[in-house]
Amino acid sequence: MTRSFVALLACVLTAGIGALSWATDGFRVVTSEGARRLAVERSPLPLPDVQMTDQNGHPFSLADYRGRTVLVDFIYTRCPTICGVLGDDFRNVLDLAYAGAADDIRLLSISFDSDNDDLQALQFYGDRYGAAAPRWRVAAPVDRDGLAVLLRSFGTVVIPDGIGGFLHSSAVYLVDPRGRLARILDPDAPSALFAVAARQVE
Amino acid sequence: MTDPRLPVAAVLWLALWLPPVRIALEQDMAAHMAVQLPLLIAIGLVVAPALRRYEPSALAEADWLGIPGLVLVGFATSFWMLPRMLDRALAEPLIDLAKFLSLPLLAGLPLGLSWRRMPGLGRAFVWANFIPKLGAIGGLYLAAPTRLCAYYRLDQQATAGWTLIAVAAALALASFAAAFAGWPRAVCPEHRNAA
Repeated sequence: MTRSFVALLACVLTAGIGALSWATDGFRVVTSEGARRLAVERSPLPLPDVQMTDQNGHPFSLADYRGRTVLVDFIYTRCPTICGVLGDDFRNVLDLAYAGAADDIRLLSISFDSDNDDLQALQFYGDRYGAAAPRWRVAAPVDRDGLAVLLRSFGTVVIPDGIGGFLHSSAVYLVDPRGRLARILDPDAPSALFAVAARQVE
Repeated sequence: MTDPRLPVAAVLWLALWLPPVRIALEQDMAAHMAVQLPLLIAIGLVVAPALRRYEPSALAEADWLGIPGLVLVGFATSFWMLPRMLDRALAEPLIDLAKFLSLPLLAGLPLGLSWRRMPGLGRAFVWANFIPKLGAIGGLYLAAPTRLCAYYRLDQQATAGWTLIAVAAALALASFAAAFAGWPRAVCPEHRNAA
C-alpha cells in the first residue's frame, strides 16, 4: 500500500460522495418529485400568469388569486383513479374551510386533457364533487401554450397510461398569497392539507 | 494499426445514441436499466484492453489491488440508478449525454482496468455484494406503492423490478456454478495457464 493509493482512493471517495450528494440534494431525495418538493419549500417559485376558463365559462387568471391561498391539483375528468381521491380530498378541505371560517382558502382543479375536457365535462366533474366557483374552480387553460406553461411551472409530468388515459402527479400544489408555488403536498390527509393552507393565510 | 475494439465500441456508442434507439430503450424502464445502462458499461469494458498500454504507470500503481477503480465503478453505477437521475436523463439531453460519457469512461473502463489487478477474494467480494444489491433494488421497485420516476408507469416499474431480480438470480446461479464447478475454460482463460 502506497501513499499514491491513499491519495487516489481519497480522490475517488470525495468525487463519488460529492456526485451522489449533488444528485440527491445532500442525501435527502432520490426521486425527481422529492427534489422538486424540497426546492419549492426552500424557496417558493414565482408562477407565470395564465388565462383559464372555469366550469361556469367565466375567464379568470392565476393573478386573480393574489392575497389568497390556493390549493391546486391537476386532473382530467375521465380519470378513473387518483383524480377521484383528489376530488374527495378537496371537498373535505372545503368543508373544513367552511367550518373554520377560513375564507381566504381557494381550490383550483386544472384539467390538462384539452382534447376531451370541454365546458360540459368540467361542469360534470365539478358537480360530482360539489365544486362551486369561485371557492372551487374546475378550470382549463384557454390554449395549449398556457397549459404547457402551467405544467412546466408547477412541475407536473403527464404521461399516457397506455390504455387511453393519463398518469400524472397526484400532488396538491399550494400557491401562497403572493402568487408563488410554496409547497407541494400529498393528497392523503385533507385535514393536514387544510392545516397547511390555513397557516399560510395567517 | 488501430485496435479493432475501438471502432467497434465507437459504432456501438453511436448506435445507442441515435434517437430511434435511444428513445426506444429509454421509453421502457426495464430496457433503460437492464439493457442501455449495461451496454454503455460494456463499451468501456470492450475498450479497456486496447487502452491498457496507454494507462500511466503511476495510475496503475496507485490503483492498489484495483480497489480505487472498483470504488469508482460503484459510485458511477449507483449514481445512474437513482430514480431522479433516470428521470433527468429522459428530460434533459445534457444529463443524458453525461450518462453516455460517464458510464463507459467512469464505470466500464475502470472496471476493465482494475478487475485484473484485483485478487480472487476481492473479485468474489465484489460479486457477493453486487448480486444481492441488484436483487434488493429490484425488490424495492416491486414493493414501492408509488411511482419512483415521473416518466415511468407503475407497471413498468414492476417489470423493471422483476427484470433486476431475474438478472440477479441468473448471476447468482452462474457464480454458484463457477464457485463449485469452476468456470468454463473459455470464460476464464487465465485458469488454463494455472492448470
